[in-house]
Amino acid sequence: MKITTLSTVIAVSTLAMSAAQAETLRLLTWGGYAPEEVIAKFEAETGHTVEVTTSNNEEMIAKLRATNGGGFDLAQPSQDRITSAQEEFGIYKPIDMSKVNADLFIPSMLAATAGNTTFDGEVYGLPHVWGTSGLVVNTAEAGDVKDYTDLCGDAVAGKVSYRLKRPTLIGFAYAMGMDPFAAYADKDAYQGILDKVEAELIACKANVKTYWGGGDEIKNLLRSGEVVASMAWDTGGWQLNADNPDITFVAPKAGALGWIDTFVLPARGRADEAAYAWINFVMQPEIAAMITNTAGNFTAAVDGDAGVSADLKARYQASFDQAAIDNIKWYPPVPAGLEAMEGATLDRINASN
Amino acid sequence: MRSDHQKLGFYLLIAPLLLWLVLLILLPHLGLFIVSISEKVGVREYETGFGNYAAFFSEPLYWRTFARTAIMSILATALTLILGFPIAYYIAKLTRGRTKTTLFMMCLIPFWVSELVRTFGWMILLRETGVFSQTLQYLGLTAGPIEFLYNDAAIMVGLVYTSILFMIVPLVTTLDSLDDSLVEAGYDLGGNGYSILREIVIPHAMPGIVSGCIVVFMLSLGNYLTPILLGGKDSLWFTGMIYSQFITRFNWELGSAFGFLLLALSSAVVFIGLKLSRQSLSETMGR
Amino acid sequence: MNTPDLECRDLVKDFDDFRAVDHVSFDVPQGSFFSILGPSGCGKTTLLRMIAGFQEPSAGDLLIKGRSMVGVPPNKRPVSMVFQHLALFPTMNIGDNVGFGLRQRGVGRSEIKDRMEQVLARVGLPGVSGRRVDQLSGGQKQRVAIARCMVLEPDVLLLDEPLGALDLKLREHMKIELKSLQAEFNTTFVYITHDQSEALVMSDNIAVMNHGRFEQIGSPHDVYYNPATAFVAGFVGEANRFEGRVVEASDGILSVETTGGARLRVTVPENGLASGQRVQVYLRPEAIALSKSAPAADPNANDGQGIVESVLFNGANSMVILRDATSGATLSVTLPQTGAFAGLSKGDTVFTRWTADQARSYPLAEA
Repeated sequence: MKITTLSTVIAVSTLAMSAAQAETLRLLTWGGYAPEEVIAKFEAETGHTVEVTTSNNEEMIAKLRATNGGGFDLAQPSQDRITSAQEEFGIYKPIDMSKVNADLFIPSMLAATAGNTTFDGEVYGLPHVWGTSGLVVNTAEAGDVKDYTDLCGDAVAGKVSYRLKRPTLIGFAYAMGMDPFAAYADKDAYQGILDKVEAELIACKANVKTYWGGGDEIKNLLRSGEVVASMAWDTGGWQLNADNPDITFVAPKAGALGWIDTFVLPARGRADEAAYAWINFVMQPEIAAMITNTAGNFTAAVDGDAGVSADLKARYQASFDQAAIDNIKWYPPVPAGLEAMEGATLDRINASN
Repeated sequence: MRSDHQKLGFYLLIAPLLLWLVLLILLPHLGLFIVSISEKVGVREYETGFGNYAAFFSEPLYWRTFARTAIMSILATALTLILGFPIAYYIAKLTRGRTKTTLFMMCLIPFWVSELVRTFGWMILLRETGVFSQTLQYLGLTAGPIEFLYNDAAIMVGLVYTSILFMIVPLVTTLDSLDDSLVEAGYDLGGNGYSILREIVIPHAMPGIVSGCIVVFMLSLGNYLTPILLGGKDSLWFTGMIYSQFITRFNWELGSAFGFLLLALSSAVVFIGLKLSRQSLSETMGR
Repeated sequence: MNTPDLECRDLVKDFDDFRAVDHVSFDVPQGSFFSILGPSGCGKTTLLRMIAGFQEPSAGDLLIKGRSMVGVPPNKRPVSMVFQHLALFPTMNIGDNVGFGLRQRGVGRSEIKDRMEQVLARVGLPGVSGRRVDQLSGGQKQRVAIARCMVLEPDVLLLDEPLGALDLKLREHMKIELKSLQAEFNTTFVYITHDQSEALVMSDNIAVMNHGRFEQIGSPHDVYYNPATAFVAGFVGEANRFEGRVVEASDGILSVETTGGARLRVTVPENGLASGQRVQVYLRPEAIALSKSAPAADPNANDGQGIVESVLFNGANSMVILRDATSGATLSVTLPQTGAFAGLSKGDTVFTRWTADQARSYPLAEA
């Protein structure tokens, strides 16, 4: 404990020195990743100010594309969406590792993310928050739902939901015994997988109450009992579990889909100093725990789970045993052009009757 | 010398309008058009051509959604007119003074909150565990819960609710200007309620009907939230399609082409509507 | 037995706490021109709207050709109305305006066209059926409005001050034209107006209305020369008015002392007036004879002397305002058309004379 305090003091004083002049950090992130108290602490310690814009993967990329990488100083897209966006639109700039306190990161995650976000020999991303998507199930009503394809069973007809987005395609592909990530590089093979998933999802359409669009929407559907099983993020399941013990996140048999949200620097960001200061600040174990407690997901910070609430840990452990953790399918970088193929598939599913 | 001054004054006066037109209307559309005629051939490689427009016509999903959006918008416009006309007539002709203001305000109240909140309100009412369903069960009219949400009828309800004010306002304005003695003269000459409505009231209110319909049609066609939130699995809406091309597919080129097609479609429908009702745009909007 | 076209019996109309029409009874024989004359707010419009059917009477009965109209909606009544601002339908052309009523009756297209052209020809506007309403002049619109009603051959045509919006010249012209149209169609006209000249020129009978009541019904001549009440005397035509008190009544002549101190000799009215009663005396300006020198004494005439205050030259209707030498009251006198007084100007002294039977006197409530 004493050592952490000491290290914080050191970290803060070095930060304070490096922040010779105050900047405004325009942060493009997800809801919950920049809690008010963390911002207040950061502003007090560094003198920088923070402006937060919350968004999602697609909108982050679209926003940065619209401005050629301007308008924000730090963004947090998922690691699988970085290289293709960089290749197509050139909206990011490489990370200067000399300004990052690498000791704060879990080494394996830092290395994995560096590998996944390397483009033209430069590293573009640092890991921050990770989580999974899988199934959120009302176990009292739909205890039999153990895998993605179980959503299409007769027992839950008209009471299931999922998004009409790419994670659904990938989850179903795994549940149907295929390996879509392995086929990323082979467009023909991937198209073959997509075609099979398309047929399955069209057949499943009658089972679906509605395709959900936002996190609040699916939580409402599950809470009201209108939907008893759905594909959703783990945090959503754990939040619902707090209100209703029957509802919880279930890691599907085929494997939960793992994602890592990163730190990237927009190509035309102006406050790089503040951006690096923010990264080094939020990766401190106690700050990381604060973020985990609000966002519901764990971080890549060393000892970041130490300060996390016991409830959240318990829920996490209930959903993931070691086998389930080992079975997590981590999203590899999406090759450019793959989204167009998936888009066409999703359109056809949407249009089918 | 004097005329120079006058000219300068004229240009200064017109400058905001010109700036607005050029910077906010002309340039973005020009940019959008340029994007729409570039076809992606590879990573950061584009060619000029009309491939994106061709893609629209060759893919049935696109133009079907397009047609569906247009037809539903026209239907929503017609429903709004049918519902809004009696309300507007009541406000304009059958009430005076305070009651009139109060009724007008009541039409306005829903617009004090954002469209998102209004749509969520409808979701609370219509969903399976919502107010309507539970009331029906409580009254014993149905055995089990009923889902009113996630279908085209729910979209219709949302669209009509969202846009009815924009129908009522122009209708009240034109109906206000209808001299009561014209209606009385109609009765006096042997007309009945229906023939007076058809031959006197509606022809008089035509400019208001047309401008209300144009606005409501445009609002419905361009609505994004209502169809997305209230619609079901099959409820595609063209604006949603444009959004997904721009945002989730990163396909700005096709999205821009869609945008232009939407512009062309709405203009065409408005043009046909004006022709059918024998109204001119200047007459309708100039009043 | 000839049933009158329109008959009102004790008609009453109350609004909340205000009685607009108060026990009005009258009948209008077929083919006559009947005017209701009164100031604005007197209830004449309410009365007309009751006849048309836009308002239901609170009490009393209303019959057209002997049939009660109470409870009959306006579109079922055999009356038509020409509105104050004519109410021609601006969205239709003239032909469609005139044909509107026939269309409502389900008359065939070709017959509508024939009858419409006929009636337009009768009002002197052949061939205008294709024009728009705003392409016609004020007088032409007036005639179209009448044609639109007359094509339905109503038993009674109601006219609600239709000349009000016209300029003077056209109004004078339309008075004559309306009268001749009425004769041409031989339809019963009920005309309401606040303009006494319109009523006097056109009507067979005039009802003078005030505060919801009829003050007098009679021919224009009667109403003008024998006004039944002080209100009629004051409202119809010009009149000099004096207030005073009866000091003596004998031999059918009243002696009245005005508040200004002058002595007037007037004929005793039918209902009689007793000595000591307060009285108001009305005297038409044209009843006063002017002379430049004092006329020979006549004990039955009221003689006076006045100083010219002003000369109001208005062609045939020129007047001179005099200030009476004894009482100081002002007196309007019609300037004779002989030219004898052409040179009259302010400050001149003239002599006036009028006879006792030319003035009308009415009791006046004690102040």
